[in-house]
Amino acid sequence: MIGLIGKKKNMTQIFADDGTVIPVTIVEANPCVVTQVKTEEKDGYSAIQLGFGKKRKISMALKGHIKKGKLESVESIFEFRVSNPENYKVGQLLDVEIFTEGELIDVSGFSKGKGFQGVVKRHGFSGGPKTHGSTSHRVPGSVGASATPGRVVKGKKLPGRMGGERITVKNLKIVRVEKNNDLVAVKGAIPGSRNGIVILRKIASKEKKR
Amino acid sequence: MNKKETEKKEITAFNSGDTVQVFVQIQEGGKTRIQRFQGTVIKKRGEGISQTFTVRKVTQGIGIERIFPLNSPTLEKIKVIKRGKTRRAKLYYLRARKGKKAKVKEAR
Repeated sequence: MIGLIGKKKNMTQIFADDGTVIPVTIVEANPCVVTQVKTEEKDGYSAIQLGFGKKRKISMALKGHIKKGKLESVESIFEFRVSNPENYKVGQLLDVEIFTEGELIDVSGFSKGKGFQGVVKRHGFSGGPKTHGSTSHRVPGSVGASATPGRVVKGKKLPGRMGGERITVKNLKIVRVEKNNDLVAVKGAIPGSRNGIVILRKIASKEKKR
Repeated sequence: MNKKETEKKEITAFNSGDTVQVFVQIQEGGKTRIQRFQGTVIKKRGEGISQTFTVRKVTQGIGIERIFPLNSPTLEKIKVIKRGKTRRAKLYYLRARKGKKAKVKEAR
């Protein structure tokens, strides 16, 4: 569904009128430009492609692609599946006004890389006893049976690389939209580091109802 | 930054050890009224919009502490009644004391 590309800024808090404190993450969502409109007949599915931000050096191929949208440089490009691609034109600007305060959205981002981590941090295992002669403090324990099956089952939770993957958090409330500064305040935490690219996406079922 | 509602109200500067009167709006059966809470500030923490402070008072031998967000819209005003002189920023030691010993010296 239609959405915007933004940059995660700091977390802070906003007071509701009755004094309740709402924890929010500020997302800077400068206007995005439609760089391509994909339709069912031409591409097999309907979507719009948005370009966001600026970068000093981009490839000539990308430069040629975004020329139609009268853009010179772009930091990142994402596609949003829409049911009504005819409503959008290449070069059209989309800004934070597509969101309303109180609306629920999905936010995707690239989580912070944690490196090689053990099972306690990575999968939430409880680990072994810390004292009473135990030496199995943070070990994964048994990883399988004996001669049957004679191997470790696929998908067994083991130590390894953690983080640095795309994560979507669903149903986050938009607490505030500031048109002047292109800011959106989303309730709660969102994946990624500061200044990391995040995708704010309207919720599918809501768009269908309209 | 992203704050509309942070216009400063009648908040005079105060510190740990000061005796203050805090005026808070409270909702009661659809009506709002202003409640006062008087006591000693034993702690100030946080920065920016998330600053809070703790006020302690003793009523009928029972210690009551209330934490107020400094920038809350329900906080009407803070009146400093007495300035206190302290040697530390967090006055947790007052919790263990009773009577005259639980007093903060007045600043001159």
